Amino acid sequence: MPNATKTAPTLLRDLRGKLGEGVFSVSEHLDNLRLLVPAARAIELLTELRDGFGYHLTELGGIDYLGYPGRSAARPRFEVHYVLLNYETSTRLIVKTFANDPDPSVPSVVGLWKGAEWMEREVFDMYGIVFEGHPDLRRILMPDNFRSFPLRKDYPLRGRGERHNFERVTREDS
Amino acid sequence: MAVNPRGVELPGRSGKSGSGVFAPEGTIVTTLDAVVSWCRKNSLWPMPFATACCGIELMAVGSSRFDIARFGAEVMRFSPRQCDLMIVAGRVVMKMMPVLQRIWLQMPEPKYAISMGACASSGGIFDTYAVVQGVDRFIPIDVYIPGCPPRPEQILRAVMDLQSKVQHSGSAFGNQGLPELRRMEEQLVQIRSRASLPGVATERADESRFGYRLPGGESQVGRKEIL
Repeated sequence: MPNATKTAPTLLRDLRGKLGEGVFSVSEHLDNLRLLVPAARAIELLTELRDGFGYHLTELGGIDYLGYPGRSAARPRFEVHYVLLNYETSTRLIVKTFANDPDPSVPSVVGLWKGAEWMEREVFDMYGIVFEGHPDLRRILMPDNFRSFPLRKDYPLRGRGERHNFERVTREDS
Repeated sequence: MAVNPRGVELPGRSGKSGSGVFAPEGTIVTTLDAVVSWCRKNSLWPMPFATACCGIELMAVGSSRFDIARFGAEVMRFSPRQCDLMIVAGRVVMKMMPVLQRIWLQMPEPKYAISMGACASSGGIFDTYAVVQGVDRFIPIDVYIPGCPPRPEQILRAVMDLQSKVQHSGSAFGNQGLPELRRMEEQLVQIRSRASLPGVATERADESRFGYRLPGGESQVGRKEIL
């Protein structure tokens, strides 16, 4: 299994050189290289990765860490991850940023990659994470009158009874 | 045998020998209801409400190997205004349910509904927040087909069952349904008119078994569902 820092040996050094120390921290798992960055500086980092290092957004998603085993409760509850790919070198990079209760929000990256628009809407729909600066942050999968965020860990699998709240049409009515 | 110049004498009521009414040879006497129902049952026009894999089996039923045309139900129409049989094939999610109800209300009378497959009938394996647990909770269903998905023969069987139902329950001026179904509908209306109050429905009672807190607390449910 190739070591991630070996596939992109100069990346971290160059990034620190441009942004300065302390903007992001690094973690590795197998050949995944992950940069952890606070929400306030995420745009700065992502802009640099796009313009200076040729990375493009391939995937964007959310995670709810409520009750996650082995994770300190002091850490933020939500994470948003951006999976970036450099087409020239075929290297992948994962950027993670954080949001916490009660009003989780991270900056929107629609300004960097237009394709992020629907992915951010989906994360908002499922987790209720607000993407600040998003041009049209509406629900994308669930009905507009849906009140909950179904992929949150404190939302029950069978819902809060939404699936039963319809008018009954009997043969007499119809 | 002497031929009666006035034709054949029709049988009288209650086993009397003859009614004194004569009709030409080759005449069949029946009721208007029976004739109309016979016409109806042999010209069902299905509305294929196919949302999932059951729809693929439904297509097989329409094609030549199984050939639903043998039962006069081959005219699949995609406008509800031209249909009298809705076949709900596949799971229905809560975003689709208002659409389904609207289409059902748009169909002209008399109309019938078949719930095809485990998901349409009961939610099937999709016991999640978004999937309706049986479309019969929200629209009246005449025939249920089990299976995941059902064999095409089962769908033909359902059409035959529905035909027999149409023959026995229809009248010239509308579909009143079989007596036992009418009773069921009346009970439904009663349950619906019952006062509702905040509480936890019986079927939600085990939701806290994995340690989740009870979802959003209570919701508006009928008295019977709590008791």
